[in-house]
Amino acid sequence: MKKAIGINVNGTTRQTEVEPRMLLVHYLRDVLGLTGTHVGCETSLCGACTVLLDGQAVKSCTIFAVQADGAEVTTIEGLAANGDLHAMQEGFWERHGLQCGYCTPGMIIAATQILERNSNPSQEEIRHGLEGNLCRCTGYQHIVEAVEYAAKKQ
Amino acid sequence: MPNKFVGRRMKRTEDPRLIKGLAHYVDDIRLPDTLHIAFLRSMYAHARLGAIDTSEALKMPGVVAIYTGRDLGKKIGPVPCAGALPDLKVPDHRPLASDHVYFVGHPIAAVVATDRYVARDAVDQIMVDYEELPVVVDPEEAAQGGALVHEKFGDNIAYKLTAGEGDIEAALASAGKVIKQKVINQRLAPIAMEPRGVLARYLPGEEELTIWSSTQIPHLMRTQVALMIGIPENKLRVITPEVGGGFGSKLNVYGEEALLGWISMQLGKPVKWIETRRENIQATIHGRGQVGYIEVGCQTDGTITGLRYNVFADLGAYHQLLTPAIPTLTGLMLSGCYKIPAIQINVTGVFTNKMATDAYRGAGRPEATYVVERAVDLVAAELGMDVVEVRRKNFPQPNEFPFKTATGLFYDSGNYQAALDKALENAGYANLREEQKKAREEGRIMGIGVSTYVEICALGPSQAMPAGGWESATVRIEPTGKVTILTGASPHGQGQETSFAQIAADELGCDIADVTVIHGDTSIVQYGIGTFGSRATAVGGTAVYIAIEKLKEKANKIAAHLLKADVSKVVWGENGFSLEPEPAKAAASAGGVPEPDLPAGQAPAAALPEPEIDGKKSLSLQDIALAAHLAKDLPPDMEPGLSATYFFEPKNFTFPFGTHIAVVEIDRETGEIEFKRYVAVDDCGKVINPLLVDGQVQGGIVQSIGQALYEEVVYDEQGQLITGTLMDYAVPRAKMIPWLELDRTETPTDVNPMGVKGVGEAGTIGATPAIVNAIVDALSPFGVRHIDMPVRPENVWKIVNAVTSDK
Repeated sequence: MKKAIGINVNGTTRQTEVEPRMLLVHYLRDVLGLTGTHVGCETSLCGACTVLLDGQAVKSCTIFAVQADGAEVTTIEGLAANGDLHAMQEGFWERHGLQCGYCTPGMIIAATQILERNSNPSQEEIRHGLEGNLCRCTGYQHIVEAVEYAAKKQ
Repeated sequence: MPNKFVGRRMKRTEDPRLIKGLAHYVDDIRLPDTLHIAFLRSMYAHARLGAIDTSEALKMPGVVAIYTGRDLGKKIGPVPCAGALPDLKVPDHRPLASDHVYFVGHPIAAVVATDRYVARDAVDQIMVDYEELPVVVDPEEAAQGGALVHEKFGDNIAYKLTAGEGDIEAALASAGKVIKQKVINQRLAPIAMEPRGVLARYLPGEEELTIWSSTQIPHLMRTQVALMIGIPENKLRVITPEVGGGFGSKLNVYGEEALLGWISMQLGKPVKWIETRRENIQATIHGRGQVGYIEVGCQTDGTITGLRYNVFADLGAYHQLLTPAIPTLTGLMLSGCYKIPAIQINVTGVFTNKMATDAYRGAGRPEATYVVERAVDLVAAELGMDVVEVRRKNFPQPNEFPFKTATGLFYDSGNYQAALDKALENAGYANLREEQKKAREEGRIMGIGVSTYVEICALGPSQAMPAGGWESATVRIEPTGKVTILTGASPHGQGQETSFAQIAADELGCDIADVTVIHGDTSIVQYGIGTFGSRATAVGGTAVYIAIEKLKEKANKIAAHLLKADVSKVVWGENGFSLEPEPAKAAASAGGVPEPDLPAGQAPAAALPEPEIDGKKSLSLQDIALAAHLAKDLPPDMEPGLSATYFFEPKNFTFPFGTHIAVVEIDRETGEIEFKRYVAVDDCGKVINPLLVDGQVQGGIVQSIGQALYEEVVYDEQGQLITGTLMDYAVPRAKMIPWLELDRTETPTDVNPMGVKGVGEAGTIGATPAIVNAIVDALSPFGVRHIDMPVRPENVWKIVNAVTSDK
């Protein structure tokens, strides 16, 4: 039995009928075609699927789309305003905070949350804030530098 | 002409699409009418399959078809193994099991459905009768008569191999001291963040099959899959879109890749399978998996006279592409960066009821480096010498290169002392030892670990490789002057779109924004080998470099013709091709070298150059490209167009090296290990992009930290996979990692004209022993000479608190 939901994704509200068991990440990817949000573990451990749900960073692989009914969701595609890169995106580019890029959208979203809570975090605090996100390529050092870049820039 | 781009810390041209979420990995490619595939996989490590009842599953709405191994029979050829060793036992390995399953995760049936959720549901409705069979998990037990994995072979020994030179018996017999130690290189899961994924589309009209796969080797995969499913190779197109990491796990040909192609041909529709993480840990190759015994002989002054390593290599149940060959790389690198006159490796490759091991970042060399670097520390401990002193004593001198090892290799170039000295200086080694002395007096447990490593990279000469050791490049200058590069070295995060463009822009004298690097599509790119073995830049980048030389030879002739001069009178310089002497450059120097970090894609579009030649004293490559395409005025008998292809065959491997130093402190109360410092000096020859090299080294070191402290694929005695998700398999997180203090020395190689050696695996090779050596050093006051990986706090706590370990 499908259920009608309305979710505001990246500023546009979409009305859709979905199966109650559909995961938010599959709604974003398969229904809306926003494939920037990735699935890396299905167990909410890797953070590749991180999006903002009403401003909170959440793992969209362990939330049902119906749970986001009426909410605002920001995905990586919605981060750049008017085509200008978000300071965090710029930081990842400037500081080589990505290699294969698969963890990157979730990593960038999670990193924006760090700065929202603490505009001038220490390296220790940045690393703590990234605990929900795995990167297998970079070894995190350039990611830490990317977040510092964004903190300075903001 | 000075380099404008090579050698600079340039940010990557591939990044904008990745940071905006607009890149396309396999699962992001959506074709109309795509059917989704889910696999039923064995829940037992070893069983005989009885009835497989798919009738209930087939009744489910949305289920289109189900294929079992019995349906397939031998319609799809065996999963290939390229590691041809003498008398190697090769089990018949098909994409789906028919009568037996040999490991947890062994695929039994493929369900095809209209929706990925339905496909997963249907998997649960397939009824399988399993008759459980005895299981063997431990490689030593498997070698010594445990339960049989493949009954028909009569034992579990897939092969035995002895290698090395020098009289090892005499060397050990005459040594002042012989030290023995068992060491374990545990099984690891590569865990690329993007699991594997395959999309296959057969077009019955065109009789063409396209397979999109997350692979490191599109061309080799095409050849093998074409053979497996019997489609002409030129009717199979393999595309590797964005690849979310590989680390060797996608340097393979998997049954699923062939099976999806075949199913698409049966159904005439696109089919997609995206691996789950659980499947990824069950059924994507693992790495390492060596249990070995070191015997090292030395004189009392610290000179190492012989090294023997008897190793059981845990191959798993089947051979994947390079499974049996990985331990041979361990054998090759057993000399480390030392002069050891006699070396012997005795490999026993054994079958176990587990997933196959194969190339995981480093692939046999981290194992070798771990053995050698632990051996050196054992010698130092036995003789009461400083670990640095023993290393220095056994280094070859810089003037001894090319240096021949007792494993049959010729190390191209090296200056091990220089890297060691720099690392010691950066770390403040003498002060650290002082600090350690004080710490011990205060009751703190501090350790300093050193690893001086050498690796074998830029794989490699074709003689030494199963499927060609060369790499290819095509360089084309389009009529508008834009540069297109086609490389066979298809990347998966390394950044070749940037580094190869840096090489090309410098050699062609153009802006980097005018260069596009294309890879990973077998219908567009000439045959290539792939990105692995730290080879992309040293072999693939060299192919680009030489292709450009070839292209410029032709351009030089066209320039001479257009300038109405002899070829010998035309020279290449900042203005392109000019009549000798090159005219003084006034305007060009005003701008100077472009600012660092040029944003890609923001250069003004070049206006189509007019082929106005008359009166000109110099011609840019763009002028020549247009003339070459218009072809109205070319030298007699010259082909129109301006492109060149080169297949570069290196004459040797390269041997990058370096020194890593780890400083740790152990918490007496918890056994936890904390990094105080991590210092690395790596030498990968000439550096194209220092930013990217730093990224490679950092990522590699962190994977080493994973092996040293956290990661292990654990199977229980029934062969159940205990570490089947990321909840149980501990990939390092940001908080677990210290600040990495990196530095470099630069010793070029003469194996290729750019002098580059490769760096992709340095971190995973150099770091692991440095960390374990630091922990052993910290624990040495407790009588510890060795500790196995992953070094868990509980094991350390037991030592520190004098509790008998249950091991």
